[in-house]
Amino acid sequence: MSEDIGFRRALRHHGRQLLRAFNSNKASWVGLVLFLGIVACALLAPWLSSHDPAEQYMGARLAPPSAEFLLGTDDFGRDILSRLLYGARLSLLIGLTSTTLALVIGSLIGALAGFYGGRFDLLIMQAMDVLLAFPSLILGLLVVAMLGPSIANLTIAIALTAVPAFARIARSPTLVIKQREFILAGRTLGFGDARLLGRHILPNIAPEILVMGSLWLGTTIRVESSLAFIGLGVPPPTSTWGGMIRSGFENILDSPWLVLWPSLAILLCVFSLNLLGDGLRDAIDPKLRGEG
Amino acid sequence: MQTYIIKRLLLAGITLLAVLTLIFFIVRIVPGDPARVVLGEQATMEAIEAMRARLGLDQPLWVQYARFLRGALSFDVGTSMVTGAPVLKVIGEVLPSTLELSAAAMVLGCILGIPLGIWSAVRRNRITDYVIRVASLLGLSFPAFVSAILLLLAFAISLRWFPVMSSGNSTTVADHLRQLALPAINLALIFAAYITRVSRSAMLEILREDYMRTAVAKGVPPLVVIWRHGVRNALIPVVTVTGLYLGILIGNSVLTEIVFNRPGLGKLIVGSLAQRDYTMLQGLMVVYTMIVVVVSLATDLAYGFIDPRIRYE
Repeated sequence: MSEDIGFRRALRHHGRQLLRAFNSNKASWVGLVLFLGIVACALLAPWLSSHDPAEQYMGARLAPPSAEFLLGTDDFGRDILSRLLYGARLSLLIGLTSTTLALVIGSLIGALAGFYGGRFDLLIMQAMDVLLAFPSLILGLLVVAMLGPSIANLTIAIALTAVPAFARIARSPTLVIKQREFILAGRTLGFGDARLLGRHILPNIAPEILVMGSLWLGTTIRVESSLAFIGLGVPPPTSTWGGMIRSGFENILDSPWLVLWPSLAILLCVFSLNLLGDGLRDAIDPKLRGEG
Repeated sequence: MQTYIIKRLLLAGITLLAVLTLIFFIVRIVPGDPARVVLGEQATMEAIEAMRARLGLDQPLWVQYARFLRGALSFDVGTSMVTGAPVLKVIGEVLPSTLELSAAAMVLGCILGIPLGIWSAVRRNRITDYVIRVASLLGLSFPAFVSAILLLLAFAISLRWFPVMSSGNSTTVADHLRQLALPAINLALIFAAYITRVSRSAMLEILREDYMRTAVAKGVPPLVVIWRHGVRNALIPVVTVTGLYLGILIGNSVLTEIVFNRPGLGKLIVGSLAQRDYTMLQGLMVVYTMIVVVVSLATDLAYGFIDPRIRYE
């Protein structure tokens, strides 16, 4: 009973904090609205798109924007707008799953390291630093190249590059919170480690982790598109933004719109997430609070 | 300072060993037999066996591991599986080009980013600050290949100020610089976005310090206060971030080299991927690891030198 109150109170408190953060920073609202717009486009892709993204209109190859093909067609005569809308699904899917995976694993590692401290902490964080030191694109590239490009392998590879960042973010507030009175009180009452961690520490470090999550979602989407551009994305004919740029790049001299539209899509998506995450971070960081 | 140096060296050694081990195992999780993948389906058993023997794949895993470590630590990372050329020699041929690009980008990025960040902090919550902050956030949102393509479209294809391809075959210095310009500007703009944000927040903290208020109260002109007491202190975090940024810079330089078709480590990686040249890939990873470990060691030591408090952490 008592731990339920603590749990809910922590969540309610941090929920209010995040809401205040939102209201004090217009940029994060803009970011949220833009991002939700992109999510809506991805979800409604079958209804919004005028053509099948894989259908090849051989008579209209490399057609410039027109009433029939609003953003033009690619070298196979496929409708670019439809491919963009369907590509959003894949970018968001891989971005969201890899970020979530990294968030869960990384925060658990970081919270455990901070909670238990000592040699265990030292060892774990040293391992995380090693991963962090390695160029993430190169690590992702190596893993995907070895495992083969599929949605699952891409998700694992991208998540792997983001785990150390979450471990670091989760560890430092855990170190502070485990010294607080309510944790000592919980210990005195005989609560186990799992209960202290799960119900009392994790809800309290959740805001930092979630803000980090929104910033990393932008990064994972960027990495996914970069891998696709290098040729390690989800294989064709599936449409991905990075893959569209890769194939459009061959015709950049004659048909620059082939690379322009997906470039703008990636940029808008990552920028909206950065606006959102940046505003939230300013608001929950006590050092920066009130700066607006 | 001595204990600090020894501690850092030891840590760098452990890191190096750990990453090398990681690379060794990642390269070996490739599904199927690398020898068969390289030689193709039509290859005879003898050819495959010969290739396996040449790559040392017929040895037990721990022998392979020991060989790999010994090779990596003595800068002998073997020969290319595809062309047979020594990996280190191939890397050595293109490495200067990548280093030149990265160094140019870092210098340009600092020249652009540090003043912008400080200006933004000094004009906090004014229109200048908002513009700089949004611009730097936008800079952080660009995947390096997207910004590279946009620069290429604008300045090489439309305006024709710069060559479309930086093939590396330049005869004059002016030609060489023209080929370097766009790729370097591309990396520099993204780096500047990081630097702007770091110097802004460092400067904001320093502006709150008592010694800044004291200097103003003493009647020191504002520009002198900002320059002599502010900027110098704000540079310390910038040095750290430059070290941390290396990993991102390496990734971005790979993408930039591909877009501008510029010789370098990035193009080498993509070429080896396409040819499934695993020994070349492994060698490239070893070289990257060495660079990262050496640079972070150098940053740590420089940092301990600048700020004595770090030595006693």
